[in-house]
Amino acid sequence: MEVQELPYVLIDCIGGRYGVYEDHAEFLKKHFHLITMKEYLENKKFLSKKIRAIYMWYHKPVIKEELLQSLPNLKIVASSGVGIDHLDLNLLSRYGVKVSNTPFVVSTDTADLGMALMLASSRRLVEGYQIAVSPDTEYFPADWLGAEVSGATLGIVGMGTIGYKVAERAKAFEMKILYHNRNQRNTEEESAVGAIYCKKIDDLLQQSDFVLLSVKLTPQTHQLIGKRELELMKPTATLINISRGLVVDQDALVEALQNKVIKAAALDVTYPEPLPRDHPLLKLKNVIITPHIGSATKKTRRLMMENMVESIHAGLRGLPIPNEVLL
Amino acid sequence: MFRSKAFSLLKLIPLMPGQSNLAYKYIHPAIASHGHRCHRRSMDYRQGYKTCPRSAEGQTISTPQTKVMAEEELPGVLILDIGGTHGVLENLAPLLKKHFRLITMKEFLENKKEMSKKIQSVFVFECRPTVDRELLESLPNLKVIGNSGVGVDHLDLKMISNFGVKVTNTPHAVADSTADIGMALMLASARRLVEGCQIAVSPDTKCFAVDWLGVEVTRATLGIVGMGSIGYKVAQRARAFNMRILYHNRNRRRKEEEEAVGAHYCEKMEDLLQQSDFVMLVVNLTPETHKLIGKKELGLMKPTATLINISRGAVIDQDALVEALQNKVIRAAALDVTYPEPLPRDHPLLKLNNIIITPHIGTATVQAIRMMAEEAIANMLAVLNGQPIPSEVFPK
Repeated sequence: MEVQELPYVLIDCIGGRYGVYEDHAEFLKKHFHLITMKEYLENKKFLSKKIRAIYMWYHKPVIKEELLQSLPNLKIVASSGVGIDHLDLNLLSRYGVKVSNTPFVVSTDTADLGMALMLASSRRLVEGYQIAVSPDTEYFPADWLGAEVSGATLGIVGMGTIGYKVAERAKAFEMKILYHNRNQRNTEEESAVGAIYCKKIDDLLQQSDFVLLSVKLTPQTHQLIGKRELELMKPTATLINISRGLVVDQDALVEALQNKVIKAAALDVTYPEPLPRDHPLLKLKNVIITPHIGSATKKTRRLMMENMVESIHAGLRGLPIPNEVLL
Repeated sequence: MFRSKAFSLLKLIPLMPGQSNLAYKYIHPAIASHGHRCHRRSMDYRQGYKTCPRSAEGQTISTPQTKVMAEEELPGVLILDIGGTHGVLENLAPLLKKHFRLITMKEFLENKKEMSKKIQSVFVFECRPTVDRELLESLPNLKVIGNSGVGVDHLDLKMISNFGVKVTNTPHAVADSTADIGMALMLASARRLVEGCQIAVSPDTKCFAVDWLGVEVTRATLGIVGMGSIGYKVAQRARAFNMRILYHNRNRRRKEEEEAVGAHYCEKMEDLLQQSDFVMLVVNLTPETHKLIGKKELGLMKPTATLINISRGAVIDQDALVEALQNKVIRAAALDVTYPEPLPRDHPLLKLNNIIITPHIGTATVQAIRMMAEEAIANMLAVLNGQPIPSEVFPK
């Protein structure tokens, strides 16, 4: 296809720490005429009418009403990842712009990371590494112990695609699996992973050695885990968050960890990201934090990109959009 | 699962005075059929196993007695120390005291004449006390070395056997926690968890870069070198991650066992090395497995592969590993074990950024430590009481 015929798609930038990956850009350029924000701003008059889609890679470019007003032919925003809490869906809908995300492709990596965090926290892997490499280490202490994952009770809050994949993995560690979800899963799904439904989240919190949050962020799940919920948890329990920082009341979490109301926390997500460098969570010994890497593998990011390309093509052709996010 | 089954057995079998029923839970057929590969040779005793212990002085089992033995009458067990940097953990001492008179090395050395005759067993915890010829010569009534843990490469089996002393280990107690650490290391390495934590808390971090990536575990190929109890449990866990599982072992496992975890046998280790994204070492250390992974083997691995070691440091040629990691012959390594432990503080392995090392924590859980002590106690008592020994280790 000649370059002129390819649809014009707005991106933030290519390369660097926050841009579209260079190897992805190569692929994208076969499908689209990529316009960076810089190029757009330099030539707004001509480009504004041409741009029909936005390829939103890790929340960039930021979409405000001003941008929507100046892109009269914008049909679709393809957003990377499964979370869409950073998008104003109502606003986009008012401008007749469709939205897509990449829900399924991130599931296995995110479930894997949930397991990685649970194992690392329980077995004190990061602390152990520091001992192993510290210049002060003369011997390995015998009384330095972690807690077993195998055979323990895992409570999964949010049994969607990701939560279910966590359950599949945890089952192989002979964990007892409890789950809390808006709706109960069907019997076959439950028995396949040996998961027991807890209609009340309290029951799950009181019985679990590990509480894993894999809900999406909505007004209903905002600060789902606060002081009350943390106090319901066992003092020997660990909280794992692979959903969104705002699902947890962070101040309540700091207090709970400081006062040993719960044993530990392992967070792939916080609010904001990154946390301010003087935040108390960074100083606590019984916390591990990872920099939102739930889907951070080469393969998955590539699949995400390919999914987004498909969604954009469908959106521009007026066809049913794979992974469309509906209001 | 294993633990809950074992404890329920414990309640059913009545106690004979001076006898412990702990041994039974380790060789009951129900446990054996749970998929554990007990040390083959000790399982032969199962055939000669009777359902009731030998009765002493005509007392019947129907009148269980739980008389507490006076401390002096209990068999003596030698330990390094209670507590302190290398001693037996304090909360394990009561477990031992139920069945033995505890004698520390200090007490022994202060009163060799009297103590040496009393010591019938040695409880080896984290490789201590060292069992050398001198010690064996000074313990005329020694019957058994009960090792806490499954690896016995720190014990000279032949020499000990020549003194007519038996050696036992604890294969059941270590399996779950060690398999878990193998999985933890694989996941942490693949997803760059330790690095990620450092970024998340570093004072210099302003934003999280989006081009910071790890590698997938789900659907990747895991090659397990050494498919004993621990290796098999690793396979069970890895299967749930949809991993393709290859394994290399002295002997091939039964078809049902292979199919249960979807594992493919590689008669030649080379085949496994060439195809795996993750190579996990789960062998025991013997003269045959010493430096099993050297320059040649590392060269056969994919440049994108990760080596994980939860067996013994000496299974790997460490110098060859350093070179391979420095030259990116393989992507990364994750080691729970090294040689020695800890490594000298100036060792090159400590400086590489594509390696995670943990301080030999394969069984460092509250539960495993307790289970190992219980299993060791059961083994030692079995020897002292002339009962079938659950996990005896023989020299080659």
